[in-house]
Amino acid sequence: MSQLLLIVSIGGSRVAFPSAAVESVVELDTLIPVPRAAPHVAGLSALRSRVLTVIDTVRSLDLGESDCSDGIREAAVVELDGHHYALIVDSVEDVVEAMSDPSPIRAAMGEGWERVALGMVETDEGPLLLVNVAALIAGPSSEARAA
Amino acid sequence: MDDLIADFVAECREMLEALGGEIVAWEAQPDDRARLDSIFRFVHTVKGNCGFFEFPRLEALSHAAEDALADVRAGRRTPDGPLVSAVLAVIDRIGEMVAAIEAGEEFAGGDDHVLIQALEPGAEGPAASAAVAVADGKAAAAPRTIRLSVELLDRVMSGVSDMVLARNELARRLRETDSDVTVDGAFERLSGIIAEMRDAITRTRMQRIENLFVALPRMVRDLSGELGKQVLVDIDGGDVELDREMIEMIRDPLTHIIRNAVDHGIEKPAERLKAGKREIGLLSVSARQSGNQILIDIVDDGKGIDGKKLVEKAVAAGSIEAADAAKMTARERLALIFEAGLSTAKEVTSISGRGVGMDVVRSNVERIGGIVEVDSTPGNGTRMTLRVPLTLTIIPALTVSIGSQHFAIPRAAIEEIVRANGTSVTLDSIGGAGVATIRGRRMPEISLADVLGLASDVPDDQRTLVVLRPAGGDLYALAVDRIHDHEELVVKPAAPAVMATGLYAGTTLADDGSPILLFDPAGVAEVGGVKLEAQERAARIVETASTNTIRDDNVLLFRGLDGNRRAIRLALVDRIEEVGRGSIRQAAGQLRVQLGDIILPLAGADSLGEGDDKVRVFRLSDGAREIGYVFRDVIDLMTIDHEVIPAEHPGAVSGVSLIGGEPAELVDAHWLFAQHLGAIARAGEQGVCRLPSGDAWIQNMLRPIVEAAGYLVIDEHDELIPDVVIASGPGETGGSHSGHTLVLRDEPEASGDDGSIYRYDRAGLLSALKAASGGKGR
Repeated sequence: MSQLLLIVSIGGSRVAFPSAAVESVVELDTLIPVPRAAPHVAGLSALRSRVLTVIDTVRSLDLGESDCSDGIREAAVVELDGHHYALIVDSVEDVVEAMSDPSPIRAAMGEGWERVALGMVETDEGPLLLVNVAALIAGPSSEARAA
Repeated sequence: MDDLIADFVAECREMLEALGGEIVAWEAQPDDRARLDSIFRFVHTVKGNCGFFEFPRLEALSHAAEDALADVRAGRRTPDGPLVSAVLAVIDRIGEMVAAIEAGEEFAGGDDHVLIQALEPGAEGPAASAAVAVADGKAAAAPRTIRLSVELLDRVMSGVSDMVLARNELARRLRETDSDVTVDGAFERLSGIIAEMRDAITRTRMQRIENLFVALPRMVRDLSGELGKQVLVDIDGGDVELDREMIEMIRDPLTHIIRNAVDHGIEKPAERLKAGKREIGLLSVSARQSGNQILIDIVDDGKGIDGKKLVEKAVAAGSIEAADAAKMTARERLALIFEAGLSTAKEVTSISGRGVGMDVVRSNVERIGGIVEVDSTPGNGTRMTLRVPLTLTIIPALTVSIGSQHFAIPRAAIEEIVRANGTSVTLDSIGGAGVATIRGRRMPEISLADVLGLASDVPDDQRTLVVLRPAGGDLYALAVDRIHDHEELVVKPAAPAVMATGLYAGTTLADDGSPILLFDPAGVAEVGGVKLEAQERAARIVETASTNTIRDDNVLLFRGLDGNRRAIRLALVDRIEEVGRGSIRQAAGQLRVQLGDIILPLAGADSLGEGDDKVRVFRLSDGAREIGYVFRDVIDLMTIDHEVIPAEHPGAVSGVSLIGGEPAELVDAHWLFAQHLGAIARAGEQGVCRLPSGDAWIQNMLRPIVEAAGYLVIDEHDELIPDVVIASGPGETGGSHSGHTLVLRDEPEASGDDGSIYRYDRAGLLSALKAASGGKGR
């Protein structure tokens, strides 16, 4: 059990992405909005001749909206079903080793977090929420439809 | 024949290769049915082909092996060691023989008889060596073709796509920096090579759909002959290219639909005559590309599908409830044709009608991500539309923008592009919905900014209308802020969250490296609330609908072939075409230009003289007929704001005016039409009608009607004596004449009994014209 985790901060909370899922961490500059798309789809961006679908994680978690006005945003690039996504995060901190398997969280979390939570993992930096990247990309709307 | 043999050899080799592993596995496990089956298939195929090619030894061998294996399959014999060895020996021998055939040699060695005998039950197996001779030196005579998996081609294709994108990005970077000329040169070369490679790799997968269509006329001919019907096939769009694999996938569904159309759709000649149709049925098959889809329409003018009958059948067959049936729309009823086991055919024929067709067609088409649609009017015919995706990932597109954001529209869906404030365009709002009338054609109009919910700083009348024909739908106009460029875009599927909007067909990167969304025209229409089912004919409205066509002074300033500055009224110019010099010929007394499949009289020059290979031609239209006008280049769009000095004699130029600060000749389109069409019109005994030449309504609207009534139309300057004079109001009859005068009024109700005719009373006009000429006109 030595899963590597990428610690990022979303909406002020430090959470962990499974680092195997993350291809790279980039700084997004241009963002092309996608009219009529789900609100958590912040837009499109290009990275090395590839189109990235940019996901506003804060919105995806129903925590408000990321401020993209200042232009440059840090984002984690992940691939899901052949599509590349950039997940906007407040900041990317570190890569740490997981010291435990994810365990269920019994405390009540916010609804948005509940949806994307894979469980809690122990790390050197204390317990962190392990986030299901796919659920984060799917966003609130598809969840509602599935229910 | 050599080709066929080469195919046969290639097929055998392929199967032998695939079989290599199977044989060994079968040897270890003789009761493995799947392995047995594949070996059986091999010998069976070989046997079948040998009979055709006359390879008696091969045939005898494979036949014997097939018999033995058939016994095993039927359970009459259990596979044992000797049998397995014997079969393996036969297969090895087949491999050797095939190698010999490939090398073009006579295969001499070995005694087949021993091998065949070994297959007999209870025979002692010969010690056939398993050393296969397939791969010996001679057999490796380099083949001219190789077989590749489509998967590999896909990978190469996607690699090339990425390469194009990378090149685009590099191009952008190079533009940003002041690069060396030598670097630019090298980059240009690289660009060229990449473009060439892209073309080549695209071609490897693409095939013209013609390959599929080419067999249709023969098929229809045979079918109709068999059924005692007469069918004319009209095939269009054979040059549409489609993925090779896709062509194979739609072959069966297409064949089936056509069989159905001929068998059930088109009636026998006697029935057709009874129904008031031509005895020859018309079956048209057309293909076109629309965005990332290929549409294949199969339209017949036969008796159509009876939706009620379908429902009755479906209820009888228990596939739907009677209560549900009553609620079904016409479209849903027709869709029942795709239900398994339903057929409206009264009797089962050998061609179709067993009710096992359309459901299979639909599932086959859906398997490749396509759609089959049916539309039918009882008595008038049936339209089947196959929509299949195009795996082609590079499509030509037009980039447009709303505000600062760019989007792409697949070029294949674009019918035309017009300015919203153009003279041939009227925009109306009917119950809040936009309606555009473009040259008498009415269509729904939606604003892209509204559909997307984007802010736009361009007022409605400054926008540009892109007339789109979405896949399987009717025309609509999409108002965009600005039109940019034609680009070849590498389209990638967009993420599901983006596709969920229904608006987009994919994403791509523009030359400047920024992502662009590619629209799905049908999706945009749907989101914009446009109903696409509307019948096409309904969109055509009578010419008399737009009443506000007033004379406008917009002119197109251009340079004639002789270098003179000239101007022509914009409203007359239907479009501008660029044609090769070769399409212009002196024929039947005057210059004529070929545009596509029509030939127009050509004005503007008496001869072409020397010059570029390409010349430009205005297509001028008087509403009914067209002529071409050759010119060198367009200077600008201007308005006439100075006095026009009329020419002394009627001719190709009606006058001179200062346009853009310099004199320009005004082209007299009326004279041109009279000159170039007059020759036809003058034939025969004709009435002569004088129309005021300065009235645009009369020239654009009335004139075609008058001409259609058989009149030669003249203006005030003509010396001919008119039989009829038409005036647009009382007191405007102008000049003396001997004939009748028709006065037109603007109001439907006459203010007094002044004998005037309402200008849109077509019937009244025509009868007055007829009366005036004393039956001379027609």
